[in-house]
Amino acid sequence: MNTIYFDNNATTCVAPEVRDAMMPFFNDLYGNPSSMHVFGGQVAKHVKAARERIAAFINADPSEIVFTSCGTESDNMALHGSAELLGPQAKIITSRVEHPAVLGPCRRLKDMGFREIEIPVDGVGQLDLDAFREALKGHGPAIVSLMWANNETGVIFPMEKLVELAKEAGAVIHSDAVQVAGKLPVDVKKMPVDMLSISGHKLHAPKGIGIFYLRRGTRLKTFMLGGHQENGRRGGTENVPYIVGLGKAVELAAANMAEESRHLTRLRDKLENGLLATCPDARVNGDRAHRLPNTTNMSFEYIEGEAILYHMSDLGICASTGSACAAGSLEPSHVIRAMGVPFTAVHGSVRFSLSRYNTEAEVDYVLDHMPKIVHKLRDLSPFGKGDVLPVNL
Amino acid sequence: MWNYSEKVMDHFRNPRNVGKIEKPDGTGTVGSLACGDALTLMFKLDADKRIVDVKFQTFGCASAIASSSALTEMVVGKTIEEAEKITNKDIATFLGGLPDQKMHCSVMGREALEAAIHNYRTGETMIKNLEDHIVCTCFGVSENEIRRVVTENSLTTVDEVTNFCKAGGGCGMCQDDIQKIIVSIRDAKIPPAPAVADKPQKKLSNLQKIKLIEEIIDREIRPQLKKDGGDIELLDIVGDRVTIAFRGMCAGCHSADFTRQDFIEAKLREFVDPAIAVVEEGE
Ligand code: FES
Repeated sequence: MNTIYFDNNATTCVAPEVRDAMMPFFNDLYGNPSSMHVFGGQVAKHVKAARERIAAFINADPSEIVFTSCGTESDNMALHGSAELLGPQAKIITSRVEHPAVLGPCRRLKDMGFREIEIPVDGVGQLDLDAFREALKGHGPAIVSLMWANNETGVIFPMEKLVELAKEAGAVIHSDAVQVAGKLPVDVKKMPVDMLSISGHKLHAPKGIGIFYLRRGTRLKTFMLGGHQENGRRGGTENVPYIVGLGKAVELAAANMAEESRHLTRLRDKLENGLLATCPDARVNGDRAHRLPNTTNMSFEYIEGEAILYHMSDLGICASTGSACAAGSLEPSHVIRAMGVPFTAVHGSVRFSLSRYNTEAEVDYVLDHMPKIVHKLRDLSPFGKGDVLPVNL
Repeated sequence: MWNYSEKVMDHFRNPRNVGKIEKPDGTGTVGSLACGDALTLMFKLDADKRIVDVKFQTFGCASAIASSSALTEMVVGKTIEEAEKITNKDIATFLGGLPDQKMHCSVMGREALEAAIHNYRTGETMIKNLEDHIVCTCFGVSENEIRRVVTENSLTTVDEVTNFCKAGGGCGMCQDDIQKIIVSIRDAKIPPAPAVADKPQKKLSNLQKIKLIEEIIDREIRPQLKKDGGDIELLDIVGDRVTIAFRGMCAGCHSADFTRQDFIEAKLREFVDPAIAVVEEGE
């Protein structure tokens, strides 16, 4: 059975070019770039080259790039590093639909006594700008952390506007750009955020490497203490093979971005429109006009996401769900709930997220099989048949 | 992915007895769309009052579907009195076990069966909880339901109760009450400890309680921890839930959990209130 991988917002496969670029750094060029011998020292220039490529990828200066172990680390670094610097009079402003890697540290800071404000979103997952303006008012320093694009729905926040508002209020602003990087252009000159988080494994580099962008002049308390690596901003021996791999990955992403984006939009739209046409009581969650090209989040009413995924998995199709059951929690996805998706649809949400490696034939295969799965589960379900059930809701 | 047994996957992929019965002798529905799972069960009896036909419809995850399907196989051929004896444990066992967090699926099966039997006997639709005190409003779980899963499955923690009947798994506001129910069931089994002199006899006001907790920590707990180079900080008290953080050597110590439960919690229960639950920061 072939695997049809439509779960690229969870993780992506390592591009073969990336893997090949990394290989020499395991057994041949394995020195420590900080060492005082040529064997180690020669590795440093590869790290430097990768740093330059990555800086160019987001139009930053190489000195503004800090390598971390993952997007989550970058998010923690941004929030804890700024909060520690500014002290407990600072307020933290974030949104209700952030990734747990941002909500986790924000809520920890709240427990530590910081004031934390989570801005709500509307029915299509767009940030409530009035609430954001309101939150920025008042004295004292503010740390804003807002995602560029949502991992579950693909909804893109109006970052330009958000950065402008934050800057006007004198706040520092961090953005979790994990989902946007590699899919849409990121330019820190046009979009003057102070900090950004990017993760390697969402753009065809391996798991275990991330980027933290720190604008020159933005101050931070070092979060990961240790050696002098990364100019003292993040201790720990450089993960050389992965850094080199990430350098290659961004090069690939940059080279084909516009074309890939068109390809992904076409496949995603075909999938989405096809499913809406063939599966009754299906809906799209999120702002279809402002969305990543590769993502669609759909709800199939009256049926439950985990059951859908297991049937899909039997056919080799990989996707994910915001249903409570799949996560082992009892509450459905915080993103879906924050959007106020009707309760007939919250548990039956499925996210399809595509990559450059997906083909039209794969979309056709999914279009062929999904209606059968939905039909089978609807048949089983006591709901959605027009009967009124004797049940206390 | 969940580690479902072969049997769960088989019943999920090929559910038995799906559908409805025209003019059933008993019908029961439990759960709701909002809760994420629901089950309608119907049965028909033959001349000997044995279940000859049974059908179900389920909205829910793979294990909810499998539990419902399994239940239908278990009840066919049984009399009402026999069927009534089926517990959630029996359903889970029949399926070769369920993951801990999915035990509530088996409980839903048992509840639907009960509702259907009630409907058969009385002709009424069983609206659960009507006269029963609701402890968890997020999932509409009553005190009696919690007592039942705790007793039938020998549960000892709030987390386990959540796994079995969802109570406590939403906003978490009811967790103190669930803890109290667990304690009351446990205490009913163990003879009460002899009264200690300091033990308050009356119900304390919140302020008195906080004072007393602080005092007990200073007098009974902190000196012990300090002996090992550790310390404790009291972070919060909400109802009977006391949040603490370990400091010094205690922070990150492997036996911190043991210290928390068997020493700190035990002391606070002894001197302040038997319903107290001690949790560590971040739990
Ligand atoms: S009331 Fe029980 S979890 Fe909210």
